[in-house]
Amino acid sequence: MTNSIREIEDARLLFVIGSNTTEAHPVISYYMKRAVKKGATLIVCDPRRIDLVRWATHHVQHRVGTDVALLNGLMNEIIARGWADKTFIEQHTENYEELARMVAAYPLERAAEITGVDAGQLREIARIIATTKPMGLYYTLGITEHTCGTDNVMTCANLQMLLGNMGRPSTGVNPLRGQNNVQGACDMGSLPNIYQNYQRVDNPAVIEKFKKGWKVDRLPEKPGLTIPDMFSGMLDGRTRAFICHGENVVMSEPNEAHTIRCLEALDFLVVLDIFPNQTTPYADVIFPCACWSEQDGTFTNTERRVQRVRKVVEPPGESREAWWIYAELARRLGYDMEFESAHEVWEDMRRLGTGYAGITWERIEERGIQWPAPTTRHPGTAYLHKDGNFARGKGKFMPADWRPPAETPDEEYPFTLSTGRRLWHYHTGTQTRNCVGFNELFGEELVEVSPQDARDLKIRDGDYVWVVSRRGRVKMKAWVTERSPKGVLWSSFHFHEAHINVVTNNAFDPVTQTAEYKACAARLEKA
Amino acid sequence: MPKFTLNGRAVEAAEGQTILDVARDQGFYIPSLCYHPKVGQSGMCRVCAVEVEGARGLVMSCITPVTEGMVVTTESPRLLEVRRTIVDMLLSEGEHDCLACEMCGECELQDAAYRLGIERASMVMDKPSLEVDASHPMLVRNPNRCIHCYRCIKGCNNTVVNEVLDMGYRGIQSLVVADQNVPLAESSCVSCGECVQLCPTGALIGKKSIGTGRVWNLEKVRTTCPYCGVGCQMWLHVDRARNRVVKVTGDEEGAPNQGMLCVKGRFGFDFPASDKRLTMPLIRKNGVHEPVSWEEALDFTAQRLKEIREQYGADTISAISSSRDVNENNYAAMKFMRAVIGTNNIDNCART
Repeated sequence: MTNSIREIEDARLLFVIGSNTTEAHPVISYYMKRAVKKGATLIVCDPRRIDLVRWATHHVQHRVGTDVALLNGLMNEIIARGWADKTFIEQHTENYEELARMVAAYPLERAAEITGVDAGQLREIARIIATTKPMGLYYTLGITEHTCGTDNVMTCANLQMLLGNMGRPSTGVNPLRGQNNVQGACDMGSLPNIYQNYQRVDNPAVIEKFKKGWKVDRLPEKPGLTIPDMFSGMLDGRTRAFICHGENVVMSEPNEAHTIRCLEALDFLVVLDIFPNQTTPYADVIFPCACWSEQDGTFTNTERRVQRVRKVVEPPGESREAWWIYAELARRLGYDMEFESAHEVWEDMRRLGTGYAGITWERIEERGIQWPAPTTRHPGTAYLHKDGNFARGKGKFMPADWRPPAETPDEEYPFTLSTGRRLWHYHTGTQTRNCVGFNELFGEELVEVSPQDARDLKIRDGDYVWVVSRRGRVKMKAWVTERSPKGVLWSSFHFHEAHINVVTNNAFDPVTQTAEYKACAARLEKA
Repeated sequence: MPKFTLNGRAVEAAEGQTILDVARDQGFYIPSLCYHPKVGQSGMCRVCAVEVEGARGLVMSCITPVTEGMVVTTESPRLLEVRRTIVDMLLSEGEHDCLACEMCGECELQDAAYRLGIERASMVMDKPSLEVDASHPMLVRNPNRCIHCYRCIKGCNNTVVNEVLDMGYRGIQSLVVADQNVPLAESSCVSCGECVQLCPTGALIGKKSIGTGRVWNLEKVRTTCPYCGVGCQMWLHVDRARNRVVKVTGDEEGAPNQGMLCVKGRFGFDFPASDKRLTMPLIRKNGVHEPVSWEEALDFTAQRLKEIREQYGADTISAISSSRDVNENNYAAMKFMRAVIGTNNIDNCART
């Protein structure tokens, strides 16, 4: 998030797009609803009638995968009416002309045709967002889990820059991160192109710094493989060994059959995890790990706040912390990682870090600090790009043209299937499904289908159905609900017994390599 | 910044600060059963009554801001008598059986009774017991312990804005109800447990913590929630002897969540104690995973990685680390891949 969670309550306007906030980020939804109680306007853009709509002043129900067209249409109207923040654009941005040229191709009538939203409503929304400030924009995986995910994100940023909603409290472009430490894992450099704090692996100065800092003679100079490339490499011998640490890939990756085929082709698979899961059967070695409440460390939340995680119980059996496992493997391969506790790992990271350099465990003993905090006296940063001073100098508009999802409905597969998370469970279920009570709250996966479609297919609420795509078929119970618009199916990936990633599409955004979990073509069959 | 006299002491208050807040800052005990800082001013239960010179009657300290020159007394025979009567009536109206109650030792009504020297209720109410609602997997609602303070209702409607609880019926029949007075399990409750966090008695409690230890048996340690990216701060209530977390409460003191949690954060704390956990290193031998020593598992893994690197090159080895795991483990993973294996093939599940 460019801004902070606590600022949400003071926004005059909340623009929520592709975020099922009450289920995926309940505590953030509390702040949003509190803002509404204080008089803020809440615009929810979502193809589904999600629970947050109950508190929304406006619900824009655009078609799945039409976010760019929707936002370009709104920007077209804003520019045409002279509502853009010209001072902000002139002083703090570049490439505005390109943006104006692009969105000129999206008059409201065209946007309405692509999105399925009434042009009158689009006109009204454009007026509201142009005249109500401050406005915070919030999104989740409904924006990123598309083959056009990068375009979606850039277009969100374009809108906020066009309106001058950057660099001030309660504004900004705010992705709500889905997992406790997505932000931290990326900040730590667990990405193929960067070391911690986004220091690039192909920058000679950075390479020199890490050679010296880590006491090694050489470091790889080309960016490595992303997850989808690692997997496709398993099939053609480019990937021979794979270390899978804390992700149940068989369930979490799209197209389960493809994932399994890849894992089976490996010479050597190492799994570090806390439970036997759907991935462990393919492992050659399984290391049992300590988990939350059994190890010391830190998580970084969605607003960049680094907070302590504490050990309060002993891990079961012989389970150990993952850092210890890596250090022991390193020793056997002739390298001393130079840490003997999680705190020493942190210090090793910090001494070569930038935005985290000022964040010591001592400083966050009581309260977390938001990076960047480059020195130990720096108080941390509540919101980025203060007063329109972007990290790169001027904020650059990155105009994008709308394109449909990789797979769209046809006669054989007439539905768009979208997936996500439910309030009651978390990811592949290894945590919540091993807790008492959660299976009673929600014990079986459901596929959500609109009343109209259910009627047409003669499916009743609670009937078992097959969800079928080009990749596979999965049987689950139907939930006939107004949450789904006509033509849209929805399900989650929490249950291995009814596993929706059997049917999802392993098509990826070309830049981020994020899979299109939010849109594939499917059909329903009575079971 | 008004200056005033508090129990004979000259004190300065912040603008708009209530008598109750200042008195507590100064270390004076005043019971308050309906007021909670998070749900705001209330003034209903009347136990926070204080004397203010020149005021007509007693003043409710939780709703009265300090003004310049005020002279306040927070304890006197008259005040104690008033508080005693109120607490006695509250105890008489309900079924406050501290022996059986989960909240014994953390109950604000029990504290007030103890401070006021009340051993048991002096009146007998001719009122039938109300049904305990244990329908919900996470929450138990015992209306016999409810003192109608409205904290849960205000929390549900104003703090987390889930809008499930309300006061139903009238007069002596007043009852906190979920939706149209249906059992909690059938209601629109999202199990965030804010009502449990705010309840001053044992009328609303977390089902999973029942019988797992009194407050003095447990240690409280602050940590960060292991679920979504909000990073809520929470207190783990730990039974060291049994090596278990038995309860979670929200940390009221600040960012990012001000004590609020969701169903996963508040009640999803017991997966580490599951008996399905992996407990030993395993190596596949003849197609079966067999438990081995750490020594054997580490030696074998290091040897295989070395062979593959020598035969095919470092870039044929890839790793993903976990965006559910701590920063330190993610850093260790990436350092291992780059400094030791010699490849940039490290990614994490943020991508997919």
